[in-house]
Parts: sequence; structure tokens; C-alpha cells
Amino acid sequence: MSLEGLYQEIILDHYKTPRNRGKLEKPDIEIFESNPLCGDELCLHAHVNGGTLKDIRFEGKGCSISLASASMMTETLKGRDRAHAQKYINGIKAMMHGEEKLTDEELGDLEALKGVADFPARVKCALLAWTTLEKALNERSAREGM
Amino acid sequence: MSLALKQTAASPVPGKKSGEIDPAAIRKDFPVLDRKFGGKPIVYLDNPATTQKPRAVIEAITRFYETTNANVHRGAYRLAEEATAAYEGAREKVRAFLNAATVEEIIFTRGTTESLNLVAYAWGRANVKSGDEILLTEMEHHSNLVPWQILAKEKGAALKHIPLDPDGVLDLAVAGKLISDRTRLVSVTQVSNVLGTINPVKDIARLAHDAGALICVDGAQSAPHMAVDVRDLDCDFFALSGHKMCAPTGIGALYVRKSVLEKMPPFHGGGDMIRQVFLDHATWNDLPWKFEAGTPDIAGAIGLGAAIDYLRGIGLDRIREHEKTLTAYALRKLGEIPGITLYGPPDPSRRGGVVSFNVDGVHAHDLATIVDRECAVAIRAGHHCAQPLMERLKVAATARAGFYVYNMEADVDRLAEGILKAKEIFKT
Repeated sequence: MSLEGLYQEIILDHYKTPRNRGKLEKPDIEIFESNPLCGDELCLHAHVNGGTLKDIRFEGKGCSISLASASMMTETLKGRDRAHAQKYINGIKAMMHGEEKLTDEELGDLEALKGVADFPARVKCALLAWTTLEKALNERSAREGM
Repeated sequence: MSLALKQTAASPVPGKKSGEIDPAAIRKDFPVLDRKFGGKPIVYLDNPATTQKPRAVIEAITRFYETTNANVHRGAYRLAEEATAAYEGAREKVRAFLNAATVEEIIFTRGTTESLNLVAYAWGRANVKSGDEILLTEMEHHSNLVPWQILAKEKGAALKHIPLDPDGVLDLAVAGKLISDRTRLVSVTQVSNVLGTINPVKDIARLAHDAGALICVDGAQSAPHMAVDVRDLDCDFFALSGHKMCAPTGIGALYVRKSVLEKMPPFHGGGDMIRQVFLDHATWNDLPWKFEAGTPDIAGAIGLGAAIDYLRGIGLDRIREHEKTLTAYALRKLGEIPGITLYGPPDPSRRGGVVSFNVDGVHAHDLATIVDRECAVAIRAGHHCAQPLMERLKVAATARAGFYVYNMEADVDRLAEGILKAKEIFKT
């Protein structure tokens, strides 16, 4: 796979103009994670109501892949429920191994992350937002159910 | 030494000053540098992480396993005697390489990290008490930071850090004020793995000794690239990694001044480090074996010996000059790229062959991916195991190129080309 497959317009667009960047007042979910290998940092905030991610924001330091992935994740999951979020978390993880669990229609912009599978050193960058959200959701479930 | 190099020495390349090394000829000694990616020969610039291995080292290891392999220090048979002689011969090579007074002062370890942990564990636990201070710097690698944090926490000691000036140079005036009669140890890197800064270890050693403290030197980024004389530096501990100087991974060394080592309790317990063992206690072997428990990395040590022969064959002073010239070229060439930030001292004579940089609008990881895929250039991106320094520089990560004997100006050109390509992709 070529560099063009990795650095698609969609990725660069989300990197340069990230969606849902910032923090939330009184977040129900607040989690900070870093990738110890490269120092990428991500902070996720979300409001949860009735099992739905009413709002979700992120802040972070990182490469184009990790920040674009976080930006696209917030767009995809805002207003969606836990099951929907888990479906996408699983789907994006599988995508990094070249597996197709989500249709192109379901993926939308996220399809642009397919190219990352050919760059093993960058898979962790693409997954940081997703694994961080999963951890936060699991912790929340363990605490109070969502 | 290699054939290619002998030819170079006999007939200097036109345009090269006599005494200058010829990296194009030296490259032929390193089989992996024949690798091509996308039709382009690899330009390997991740030398601060690990260096490539010359054929002489690879063959020395193979030869040992094919002709001499046996455990050391115990066999009564000739094969074991030969293996022991080869292993101890490698120790003598390390001694000469560092100009230590005696082989008793040279301990084989797994690398700089283990060497520094040995000092923190064996010396530190016996000599650092509650209220004592250990003085480090803001530019240390995690391996010269975390062992001291663990020790300090356990003992109730305090860590202090010599600050950096804006060029990434240690402020010795402040260092002088930070050292007190509470300071037990000053531990400092000789060359920064991020900034390339060469620290005035000899001056720092004098400051430390004047205050009654010892000095430990992280030589991971210096020993491979410049002549080191532990007696001239007047250091008490000096740690190095084999794999950063053409030897295999898994072998390194620690120099400890004999008067200090004689009073140190052991590090690991086990075979070979003992004299007599009873059910409830044991007595220790002589120096340096007291500090080498278990079967050591015999082939690794022999590989390190071969690497030292190889590097001394070229000449450490020549290697230093070569890297200085190349670094000056890189600072100039990369400095021309719009939007680039170069870290560390601008004066090449004050730095080793490490150049860290960032490019506006392109994260270091993206740079590393693009220069690799586009130009087959291997560089590092990240925090380089120096997170506090990254914090100090107010960056999350940098890209880093580091040079060695086989690198040349054309490698820098290829890196610059890759960076321009990255800027093109990111439209900056």
C-alpha cells in the first residue's frame, strides 16, 4: 500500500480541522490515555444519558493518524448508544488486521483508516482513540452500567 | 579490519583529506546496508537507538559458536579454557577501549540500562541514606532517571536536576550550587540522545568530587562515537551498550573505579559470583566476577571485543571528526527547510552526531513514515525515552537522525528530500 493510501485527503482534513475538539462541562466520561511508545496523548470527554453518548469531545497531542482517527470517532459515535459504539470499536480493531466487519456504508469517512493496516508501526496510533473509549465504557459499565 | 578500509587507507579518495574516513568504503563492511526498500538502498539513521553490525563482528560470533563454544570459568577441558580466554580477552579489550587501570574494573552487563541499575542497586543501596541527594540533569534518558527514582523513593533521598539553557547545554553555574555535602552521586549522560549535547563530564566530575560525591557517566551515546578515557574524565562509574557501537544486542559494560568497587556489595546472586556457598550464607568471588552472576553472554562479549577492534581500527578520533563534519552538514542542509526546528547546540563541535527536529504541521511519526516509504530513510520519532526533556522542550515528540561511520552527506540529502515530500503531502 502506498503513502497515498495512508494519507488520504479525509485523514489530512480531520487532522488539520479536527471535529469535536475540546472538553465538556461535568463530563460523565473523562479519560486520559497515552501511548507509552511514542508519547501520543489523548483526553476524551463524554456526556452519557440513557445509555447514549450525547456528546463526545477529545483533546490530544499526536500524529495525523491518531488525531484524525479520534476526530472521526467522535463524529461517528456522537448521539449513538453503547452497542453501536462497541460495534465500531470492534470493527475498527478488526480493520487493522485487514478484516472487514463494517460495510463501507457503515464506515463512511472511517474507510480512510483502512490503509493503516499496511503500516504496522502506525496501527497503535489509529487505535488509541478507540481503545481509550472502550476502556472508559468498560469502566463505566463496571461501575454503574450504561 | 575490512579489506575495503585497508584499500582506503592505502589510496585516499580524491577530495578527501588524509585521515578522513571514507564512509562509502566502510558501508561495504555492513551487510545489512545492502538492503533495498522499493529499489532504494536503506539510509540508516537510527544509530542512537542501535547501530548496524560489521561482518567482522558477525563472523566473530559465528566463529565462537562454531569453534570455541563452552561455558566459561569452570570447565577443566581445553575447549572451556579457550572460551574463557576469549571471554576474558574481550574484557581486556573493553578495559583498553576505556583506558581503565585494570580489568577488575570492567563488569559485563546486558547494556547501559543494566549497568546503571547495577550502580543504583549495589552501590546505591549501600551508600544512599534518607536525606541524601542524587544530582541528575534535565536531559537524561529514562535509564539514567528511573533507577535513581526507585532508589530515592526507597531510601527517602531527594533527586535534583541540573537545568538546561535554551541551546540544550547544561548550566554548570547552577550545577555548582545544586551540589552540596548532601550530594552522594552525580549521574549524567556524556552525550544527549536527543539534543546531541556533549556534556563537560570532566568538569562535573571535579565539582562532584570537591563536594565528596561520586560521578556516574551514561556513556551509551558517547563511547561509540568518541575516544573515552575514564581516568582522564576521573569518573567513578561509566556505563556503555555494545549494540550502539557495532556489537550485538544484549551485551554492555560497566566501569567502576576499583576503590569504589571493592566496597560494593553484589548485584545479582547466583553461580560464578560466589567463592563459597553454605546453606545459610555465601562468600563472594574476586572482582569483577563478583558482579557477574550466572552464565554471561559469552558470544556477546566476544562480539563486543570484535566491535572494539573494528572501531579502533578506524580510529575513534577519526569517527568523531567524521560525525562532526556530517552533523555540521546536516544542521546546514536541514536548517534550510522552511518550518523546521532543530534542537540542541547550533555549534557542531559541542554536539555528537544526533540531530532532533520537528517540522511545522507534520508530526514526527508522520515524518518517519514518509521518509521511510518515500526515500528508504530510517529515522526515529517519539520521545526517545526522555519524556522529561520533551516536556522541557515543550514538544510531544521529535524526529531524530543519528549518524555513524557508514553515513555520508548523500544520506542527509536523502533525508532532506523525504522531509520535503512530507511537507508536500501535508501541504505545509
